[in-house]
Amino acid sequence: MNFAESFRIALRALGANKARSVLTMLGVVIGVAAVILLVGIGTGVQNEITGQIEGLGSNLLFVVPGQFEGGMSANAAPPSRRFTLDDADLLARRVPGVDVVVPVIQSGSIVKRGNRSVRVVVAAANESGGEVFSGTLAGGRSYRKSEVQAGARVVVIGSNVRDTLFPGQDPVGKLVTLEGQRFTVVGYYESLGGGLGGDQDSQVYIPITTAQRIFNLNYINTIVVKASDPSRIEVVKADIRRVLIPRYGEEFTVFTQEQTLGLLSDLLNTLTYMLAGIAGISLLVGGIGIMNIMLVSVSERTREIGIRKAVGARTYDILSQFVIEAVGLSVLGGIIGIIIGWGGAALMSKLTPVPTNVTPWAVAVAFFFAAGVGVFFGVYPAWKASQLDPIVALRYE
Amino acid sequence: MAEGGAETSSRVVLETRDVSKQYRLEGVEVNALQAVSIAIRAGEMVSIMGPSGSGKSTLMHIIGLLDQPTSGKVILEGDDISSLSPNELAEQRNKHIGFVFQSFNLLSRTSAQANVELPLVYAGVSGAERVRRAKEALEHVGLGNRLGHFSSQLSGGQQQRVAIARALVNDPSIVLADEPTGNLDSRSGIEVMAMLQELNAQGITVVIVTHDDRIARHAQRVIRVFDGRVKAEEIVRDRVLAAQELAALSAEEVTG
Ligand SMILES: Nc1ncnc2c1ncn2[C@@H]1O[C@H](COP(=O)(O)OP(=O)(O)OP(=O)(O)O)[C@@H](O)[C@H]1O
Ligand SMILES: [Mg+2]
Repeated sequence: MNFAESFRIALRALGANKARSVLTMLGVVIGVAAVILLVGIGTGVQNEITGQIEGLGSNLLFVVPGQFEGGMSANAAPPSRRFTLDDADLLARRVPGVDVVVPVIQSGSIVKRGNRSVRVVVAAANESGGEVFSGTLAGGRSYRKSEVQAGARVVVIGSNVRDTLFPGQDPVGKLVTLEGQRFTVVGYYESLGGGLGGDQDSQVYIPITTAQRIFNLNYINTIVVKASDPSRIEVVKADIRRVLIPRYGEEFTVFTQEQTLGLLSDLLNTLTYMLAGIAGISLLVGGIGIMNIMLVSVSERTREIGIRKAVGARTYDILSQFVIEAVGLSVLGGIIGIIIGWGGAALMSKLTPVPTNVTPWAVAVAFFFAAGVGVFFGVYPAWKASQLDPIVALRYE
Repeated sequence: MAEGGAETSSRVVLETRDVSKQYRLEGVEVNALQAVSIAIRAGEMVSIMGPSGSGKSTLMHIIGLLDQPTSGKVILEGDDISSLSPNELAEQRNKHIGFVFQSFNLLSRTSAQANVELPLVYAGVSGAERVRRAKEALEHVGLGNRLGHFSSQLSGGQQQRVAIARALVNDPSIVLADEPTGNLDSRSGIEVMAMLQELNAQGITVVIVTHDDRIARHAQRVIRVFDGRVKAEEIVRDRVLAAQELAALSAEEVTG
């Protein structure tokens, strides 16, 4: 007897017990759908975040005060000394192979216009800020060097700020209020889409000198350095350390893009694997369900097995019939699970801010895992069936 | 013995030599068969007869290659089958033996056609030829109009005829029937016996296992077993012809 024949017999048996087949399959369907959906969410979030960071450019270095070792988790104590604009100037003068050095201040605030207001993150930098912040101007311009030097009250706004304060209008040249001061809007950004790594559409950009004045700060948060040549980033990093150590000792840290990414993707990978593991357990439970039903089915069909053997079925024929039944259940369940998981992931990224990304890799793994579950949990009952003595099976009532 | 009988050749299809079968039940040995030596010739119709528990079914299972003797030999078509593996035995059953059981043993929720195709499936016959041969076998037993019926939609007599068609479909050397009329009313029983006699008349070797003397006398020869031993073998003189019984029965129905 050939494989196609075993296949036909198995399908007929599954069809003869539809309700049971469907319920058994459900375990696998839910398991596979869960794997696909959860891994899809994990991958989606990971891609989104790394994408946002990569969007900044791979040749960026971030200099922050304080010592960070190994992980991203800042040690709780506030850094003893913070950077000033002087430090940024020093780096710009003394570190070779650098395109721009951008001092950055970030702070939460509220922007008002008339009776409308919107909560924003103020990102302040010098005239080169545009080179290190992602985003494209939709209209107007960035602030100029002269405006940075003068501490001018000019602002470039994110798309969300624009939509809230200037619905359907051109904001360029209009006035807004920030920290009690009047600012002139000189430009606005295109929407970047709501991201998980901070909503960039709700940011406003002002000159750093202006920020220091209105927030009454004499320090800056971060210095972002853009190296001319991404391959020489480690050299630039060493040079930055050489310049800053006389001033700050070891009380500062230089992160490269790669490090930041590495740390984050390690974290996100762990998260994805955890989700996959949890979903995998439900798939395993589905497999045990298949085994249970197959065992019941074998003892229920003892007589059938006896009849088949009496008329000439060999061990292999019975074995393949029952294995195919189990694998058929799990593969069909797997396919339905993939459809549901995939559909669920697509719906999720459409209806919620959670990004999802179902990779062919995840689909393939889930599918073959499901089929494997069918083989693994189907073989034992099938083997039991194939070993039945035809006499015992025929006498069985 | 039927040697030289008009309808039977002298070729031995199946033979047992000193076959014994012991079962061990909770330490106690049961001798189901003891030194049984019988021979079935091509074209014969033989009954194996004995009271309940005498070992008839055990013997039938052994000559049907469903079971192995504890000692002794079984020779099928000249070959000793003692050393065959379970898979080889399955192939031999498929090729040479057709079974008819007391309880029909058809697959439930399966059409008559598919039931009859079953031995062909395991013989590797597929497609149109399989369908044709199964259909022919069913037509042969008068069920050409019931191909698609499930077992549950057939009467007991019809189910047994499906089982006979299944036993025939692979052109076996021998058809073994264990109490084929045991679960049937008398009329269906007679019909089934008529069928078996007709098949025998067409040259098929038939062995009937029964405890009923009247059923046994449908054969040309009776092997009497008692307590696991062959007690007597005799030629049937006043053979019962089921076709005549059937005709008589019909006549009775018409007049009565
Ligand atoms: N699997 C078994 N285990 C133990 N003893 C068995 C087994 N099968 C049969 N026997 C015993 O072997 C003996 C013969 O049984 P068998 O079924 O061959 O009798 P039988 O002649 O067919 O009887 P019946 O007319 O009632 O069908 C009986 O004593 C029975 O109890
Ligand atoms: Mg019996």
